[in-house]
Amino acid sequence: MNSNRNLVPPRDFVSTKASLPAKHTRAWGALGAGGLLWVSCWPVVSGAVEFNTLQPAQSTLVFAYKQMNVPMEGRFKSFSAHLHFDPAKPAQGKATLEAPIASLDTGSEEANDEVGDAAWFNSKKYPVAHFESTTIQPLGGNRYEVSGPLTIKGHTRLVSTPVTVSVQGNRAVFDGSFEVRRADFSVGEGTWADFGTVANEIHITFHLVATP
Amino acid sequence: MKNNQPTPRSEYTAMAKGLHWLMALGLCSLFALGLYMADLHLSPWKLKLYSWHKWAGVTLFLLAWLRLLWRFTHRPPALPGHMSPLERLVAHCGHALLYLLLFAIPLSGWLMSSAKGVQTVYFGLWPIPDLLTKDKALGDVLHEIHETLNWLLALTVAGHALAALKHHFVDRDEVLQRMLPGVSGKSTQ
Ligand code: HEM
Ligand code: HEM
Repeated sequence: MNSNRNLVPPRDFVSTKASLPAKHTRAWGALGAGGLLWVSCWPVVSGAVEFNTLQPAQSTLVFAYKQMNVPMEGRFKSFSAHLHFDPAKPAQGKATLEAPIASLDTGSEEANDEVGDAAWFNSKKYPVAHFESTTIQPLGGNRYEVSGPLTIKGHTRLVSTPVTVSVQGNRAVFDGSFEVRRADFSVGEGTWADFGTVANEIHITFHLVATP
Repeated sequence: MKNNQPTPRSEYTAMAKGLHWLMALGLCSLFALGLYMADLHLSPWKLKLYSWHKWAGVTLFLLAWLRLLWRFTHRPPALPGHMSPLERLVAHCGHALLYLLLFAIPLSGWLMSSAKGVQTVYFGLWPIPDLLTKDKALGDVLHEIHETLNWLLALTVAGHALAALKHHFVDRDEVLQRMLPGVSGKSTQ
């Protein structure tokens, strides 16, 4: 019943960056990173079925932030997860997620060109953002609270997020959202440290679709 | 200043003069700012300039409406009698083109911002609705349009200013003076 599978192979993140033409400005934010996070996906079981294969085309990991008070949105183009979840014993479940910084799309090409720089994610040194669940607590009904360490740019913080699980036919959908602060992970240093331009709060929303 | 004269006046009203020079100053500044900021390397400074450019641009867009309102409720002073029909035509077309650009430029900037996925939040407080959804290709086209319209404005304004100077120094008529602040000469018309 346990499964431990790599659901979405990380793409070659170096080439993702290289392939983006640099140009226009904008957006920023950078950060997204934070986002990473959580894609915690653990298979939900309905009956005897365990949903443990992430459907990357249907899953999204997006993040929202404010830049000069303008709402901006970015996303991770790829991420991978190892799942291990027995719905009969949710508290013993486990989910880990990895999101390559190079797959991060800030919503702006100009920002995408810089997001790997030392001031932002320093992706040469810290190429992947990582989350690992340590507790999964049922909140009643189909809701759970998932907590665990999130590591970005060498900084680890404990985070937790509510997750709603819904099973539709042979698909299980995990939805949730939570907030991180980029400064907790030293994302956006130097001139970018001022929250007046790019806000500290990064709101991460995940929508994960898994099949058996 | 008396307004709403059915017959042509000898000079522009204070309102018309104020708007004309305020907008001329604003447009020249925004033009320079636009060229400067677009070439900057990404930085918080650049992001601030972009926002300020948009806020100022939206302000000019609002002033353009005020100006149009003035235009519909007043008749500008008549052109001097020495002008040929062709000169009159060029003057009228030139002014019409300037009015058109006063709207088309900020409108293209607004649409470009929407297409690029960066909403305009006026003074960081009031979100202005996005008229388009994010579309990179369309954003690039609108950028081209915004830029081209700006160069067209620069050209037109150059011709416009040269014409004003010609009126003043060559024709020695009252055309420039009646747009200048302060008291102008008597009506000659
Ligand atoms: C009304 C007066 C305006 C003037 C004279 C003006 C002028 C300019 C100029 C000269 C540029 C540089 C173009 C280039 O070389 O790339 C520019 C860029 C830009 N303008 Fe405006 N603009 C005006 C209004 C607006 C408004 C209302 C907005 C948005 C709400 C706007 C948004 C932008 C943006 C986003 C750019 C940068 C494009 C890029 O680099 O990606 N502008 N503007
Ligand atoms: C961005 C810069 C400018 C814009 C957009 C602009 C626009 C206009 C427009 C639309 C009018 C027609 C008003 C009407 O009769 O309805 C006008 C009139 C006039 N402008 Fe400008 N202008 C600019 C700069 C200048 C400059 C630099 C000068 C002088 C060197 C100037 C001198 C005049 C004069 C003298 C008139 C009155 C023409 C007449 O009496 O028929 N303008 N301008």
